[in-house]
Amino acid sequence: MKARFMATTSAAVLAISLLASGCGSAGDTKKDNKPAQAATNANAVQINNETADDYKAIIDEYRKYVIAECDLFVTETEAFVQAIKAGEIDKAKAIYAPARMHYERIEPIAEALGDFDPNIDARENDVEAAEWRGYHKLEKALWEQGSTEGMEETADRLLEDVKLLRAKVETVDIEVSMLATGAVELLNEVSATKVTGEEERYSRTDLYDFVANVEGAEKIYELLKSKLKDQDAELTGEIEQRFKEINEALASHKSGEGYVSYDDLKGEDTRKLSQALDALAEPLSRMGAVLGV
Amino acid sequence: MTHNQESGNDQDSVLRKPVSRRDLLRMAGVGGLGLMLGAGGMGGFLQAGRSLNANSSPARNTGDQVPFYGLQQSGIITPPQDFLCFAAFAIRSKKLADVRALFQKWTAAAAEMTQGRMIGEWNEQHNSPPSDTGEAEGLSPSKVTITFGVGPSFFDDRFGLSGKRPAELRDLPAFNGDQLSEDWCGGDIGIQVCANDMQVAFHAIRNLARIARGIAVLIWTQEGFQRTAGADPTAQTPRNLLGFKDGTGNPDVTDKKAMAKTVWVQQIEGPAWMENGSYMVTRRIRMRLEVWDRTQLSEQEATFGRYRSSGAPLGASKEFDPLGLDRVREDGEPVIPVNSHVRLAHGDGSVQILRRSYSYSSGIDRRTGQMDSGLFFVSYQRSIAKQFIPMQQRLSQSDKLNEYIVHVGSAVFACFPGVREGGYIGETLF
Ligand code: HEM
Repeated sequence: MKARFMATTSAAVLAISLLASGCGSAGDTKKDNKPAQAATNANAVQINNETADDYKAIIDEYRKYVIAECDLFVTETEAFVQAIKAGEIDKAKAIYAPARMHYERIEPIAEALGDFDPNIDARENDVEAAEWRGYHKLEKALWEQGSTEGMEETADRLLEDVKLLRAKVETVDIEVSMLATGAVELLNEVSATKVTGEEERYSRTDLYDFVANVEGAEKIYELLKSKLKDQDAELTGEIEQRFKEINEALASHKSGEGYVSYDDLKGEDTRKLSQALDALAEPLSRMGAVLGV
Repeated sequence: MTHNQESGNDQDSVLRKPVSRRDLLRMAGVGGLGLMLGAGGMGGFLQAGRSLNANSSPARNTGDQVPFYGLQQSGIITPPQDFLCFAAFAIRSKKLADVRALFQKWTAAAAEMTQGRMIGEWNEQHNSPPSDTGEAEGLSPSKVTITFGVGPSFFDDRFGLSGKRPAELRDLPAFNGDQLSEDWCGGDIGIQVCANDMQVAFHAIRNLARIARGIAVLIWTQEGFQRTAGADPTAQTPRNLLGFKDGTGNPDVTDKKAMAKTVWVQQIEGPAWMENGSYMVTRRIRMRLEVWDRTQLSEQEATFGRYRSSGAPLGASKEFDPLGLDRVREDGEPVIPVNSHVRLAHGDGSVQILRRSYSYSSGIDRRTGQMDSGLFFVSYQRSIAKQFIPMQQRLSQSDKLNEYIVHVGSAVFACFPGVREGGYIGETLF
């Protein structure tokens, strides 16, 4: 869940949500609907047509990725919901973290599409108690209460939300500037809550989210890499190296198919992970400007 | 605490004292006369007084800038500014090339910041995070100095530089009573930022840490303060948190010979890359303020061997009167007690150091509810082994002050010589 839920939405996010509802081409929607807040970011959203064409293949490729992740998210959420409703606690616990990774990889897209993030990924206190639903509510039931009694409705609701998200991503209009800022936002997500173990209060599976956010950012970087390299080979090399370092650091906390519990990390481990993350996010944040998007 | 290096031996008479740039600004009000005179006028005025800084190039002095380039780094014999931000870094990269590139970037950024300019070229592009974090935009450089050094761990086997480690540069030996915590010790790199404005100082450390991302990480930082120039228009020797004037016995920074003897590494002792550099010692010394505050004045004064109010040695009348360590009372006891801080620190008077410390206050100790405050001791010397260590050995064994203080942090750094425009800090080593 995004830490800054009720805080100001970034210009890029605003831009994309408007585009999503409009379904128009990148060019015309922008001109008509650009909200006042986005004006400061004008350079970022004004891509001329040539550049837009240039990036079309990349954006198509990214959309495919988002849809594929969403498909898996639906399938695994179905299994999760089934286990909850059947009262199979251990099974549900085992599915929980890996299933969520599909969501965490594409989180900025979900955030751009409206209320999906609060509905699917809100933690307790992020929203009014009466409105709280989604994965973390079930997390609390599984790990804290050790029972799924009374959770049937929440489970069904979750599946509906996830399916709706899957339907919506089909129509989302993605801009290059959104890719560049999205990659950094994914890492900011990690900085805000996952690295401190606040995301997965009960399951302690924060490292899964951490890994997924980094993978989501890396996917974007991979897609933009060749263009970036044309502009600034040094920056590209730096980002490449930093991804390598953080992936190595994360790999050292693997356990079987997954990752160790957040509780097993020592203070020193989290500090190292956090610093590796900052080291990556800093050069990555220059990507958009260097690409001129 | 800070050691008023502007004062010579005539501290008591402000009138006799030559006018330093700081005094001038204080009298004129920064931005008043200072601005009207402009660089040329101010420079001329100042030269009539005395040169403030051995490495200053007068052409660039507009009053609130300390020149970054020079034979020696600034921030060492520069009269202590009001605030300190100190940062220790650990290097994460294993490549010397990365470290070299970092020092090149740091040098460029430091040169800009000390002149009050924004760093980097990305400060106007809307689609980029700005290269300067911006909180010092429009502020006076506030005499900011940025002083770089490397610690003993810099010379382990990571960068192939172990052969270049000065024999001088090793972690300090354990002293009696040390209660060092990892939280305030060591560092591959140490950076001392001082400025007359806390925000300007913080901005420097923050941006240097940002530039280092991926190569080096912060391992500890310490902020420090002393009374500001505004609170003390006559520029008396500042007082530490125990209420005593601190800095009286410092050598005169305008005395070139004394500085060559005490502070600057000379060619003969080597290593060559340290010529005109200096060794820095930092000790985070917590004061037991609660205990001190219930100690009688006579006892407090006996602890230092000086009067609290005037700063004069016991039995003397003026702050800058000689210590007179051989004076004895009627009962045959020395006037300045044998276990007093000044007597022990002074020794036979042949060995000095240049102290450049700041007070600190870092909230409260959660366990006891007592204040975590004290002295962030900083000293510069030509030789740690010959100057600092014997002194601290004497102090740690017998100093009466030890009842009221505890050393909780320790670090040593070899501060590079200065750099000329076009060069970079550390070039003599890398
Ligand atoms: C919290 C710890 C300390 C406090 C509060 C303190 C305070 C003082 C004070 C009030 C004076 C007299 C005024 C002056 O000459 O500046 C003094 C002198 C001095 N202190 Fe300290 N000091 C501390 C630690 C140290 C340490 C760790 C050293 C070095 C190892 C040191 C070295 C000196 C020297 C060299 C002098 C001058 C002695 C002389 O007159 O020749 N001090 N200190």
